[in-house]
Amino acid sequence: MNIVVCLKQVPDTETKIQLKDDGSGIVEEGIKYVVNPYDEYAVEEAIQLKEKFGGEVTILCLGPDRATEAIRTALAMDADKAVHLNDPLFEGSDSYATAKILAKAFSQLSYDIVLTGKQAVDWDNSQVFSYLAEFLNLPQVSVVVGLEVGSDFKSATAKRETEGGEKEIIEIPLPAIIACQKDLNTPRFPSLPGIMKAKKKEIRKMSLADLGMSEDEVGLKGSKVKTSNYALPPERKAGMIIQGEEPEDVCAKLVKLLREEAKII
Amino acid sequence: MSIWIIAEQKEKKLKKVSLELLSLGKKLKEKKEAEICAILPGSEIESLAPQLGHYGADKVFLLDDEILKTYSTEGYSKTIACLVKEHKPEILLGGATAQGKDLLPRVAAKLETGIASDCIDVDLNSDGKLFCTRPIYAGKVRVQSTIPDSLPQMASLRPNVFEVSPPDESKSAEIIKVKPSVTDQDIRAKLKEVLKEAGEKVDLTEAEMIVSGGRAMKGPDDFKILEELAKVLGEKVTVGASRAAVDAGIAPHDMQVGQTGKVVNPNLYIACGISGAIQHLAGMITSKCIVAINKDPEAPIFQKADYGIVGDLFKVVPILTEAIKKLKAQE
Repeated sequence: MNIVVCLKQVPDTETKIQLKDDGSGIVEEGIKYVVNPYDEYAVEEAIQLKEKFGGEVTILCLGPDRATEAIRTALAMDADKAVHLNDPLFEGSDSYATAKILAKAFSQLSYDIVLTGKQAVDWDNSQVFSYLAEFLNLPQVSVVVGLEVGSDFKSATAKRETEGGEKEIIEIPLPAIIACQKDLNTPRFPSLPGIMKAKKKEIRKMSLADLGMSEDEVGLKGSKVKTSNYALPPERKAGMIIQGEEPEDVCAKLVKLLREEAKII
Repeated sequence: MSIWIIAEQKEKKLKKVSLELLSLGKKLKEKKEAEICAILPGSEIESLAPQLGHYGADKVFLLDDEILKTYSTEGYSKTIACLVKEHKPEILLGGATAQGKDLLPRVAAKLETGIASDCIDVDLNSDGKLFCTRPIYAGKVRVQSTIPDSLPQMASLRPNVFEVSPPDESKSAEIIKVKPSVTDQDIRAKLKEVLKEAGEKVDLTEAEMIVSGGRAMKGPDDFKILEELAKVLGEKVTVGASRAAVDAGIAPHDMQVGQTGKVVNPNLYIACGISGAIQHLAGMITSKCIVAINKDPEAPIFQKADYGIVGDLFKVVPILTEAIKKLKAQE
């Protein structure tokens, strides 16, 4: 079974984001980068499928040089090889342009199933997998918390989270794109031998020219959504600590404030 | 100009975000003359169409068909994309709900256009172009997005951000019935079953008030006192959890508020035994009013809360529940 995982490197969720003075973007220095948390579930699921059915797990990652570290992490988890789409011209690509680049790379890969995270925790768009599914003419299931693949690799059953604790069971022919949610599995930590082996695994670098694309299709030029004016959200001021002798007094004061001052209950 | 909104319904009830979208449409119309059209997909939902007129739709495209009875990415996206291609509106808006997050990017892909996701403000600039404010990094940063060169300009609106303006029952929409241009073969990913939990919960992203528990919760039973409080507060109130509680296995992930959970925006957020880690704050900082209950007076959550109570939540919460019950009983 050929499994492809689309992976992104993102700032760790602990990161305090700082902005450039002119509001043109975020300051990258000092940021600790990690594998996008939702993509970790995709990598783990891919490896479990390989362990069950045999086959090969390919990591497909678009990102600058630093993203190599995230790719190595996935290889150390036991993915087999990787394609690193790396070209300064790719910088600034929105979801549309990113999916166009990924789709081009897919034309050189064989795949029975494509796994990725339900969103990247940097831009929080949750769009690339849908664009990609459309460009590759594949069905999609998003926010997946359970996955069973048929032994003939022709179909799968996915459990997806919707809202209010509701889940849907979806039957889907393969190949398909599965966008993974937390709860799907517990991602493994790379083992020491895994880390050693990962150093020797193949990472194929591909540039714009290697993909046969033109400059107009990628980066800011190839993007549909233009972004500007990066700003920090308005600071929230600390309010008041409600004082009182007994919890009863304190709660009575809170209820009065919520009713009369905040006017919300 | 034509502004289209995708109306969402569930079990033949309109979602509030559909009305929020119409109110947003009316605001945009004040800046530039426009026709507001609503797309209403589903099955046996004709009775919902007039309501969309009361809330501001000039036209309703009613896609009422058995094939749209349950949501499918492919069925809904193809139907909507075909209709949009035919009429070419300048703007297409939807809700950033569970359904919208799955549907809208696929529609955008079919239309070869861009979409600004999960916007907290949508406006028109001086050229009459869509101008969206959206949070990134789970709300740690805000950016402004435009879609200058392709149509329709698409955006999804975060639920509970935009106020619904009052309906005008004298206003009615022209209702246009459209046969969906989709067949069973178009829908490859097929819904087989819906698993519901006992006792329907309000989704965190759509809740008007949320009572959340954190590291101080020691087991699933501890959440019961939070549920009691949620119950006395009203109907559209639900219980959430911090990542610490979810990772400890005492709350399911669909209850998690924060950067790797849900980003929420209720009128009232009551954080119980939650210290206020940066990932959690990112997920709830836009709540209109924040109340923090925590034993530790140094907990960072107090720096963000409108009202704080320093105390043991297991003592405070039941007393608060009683106090609210008493208030409601007086009405």
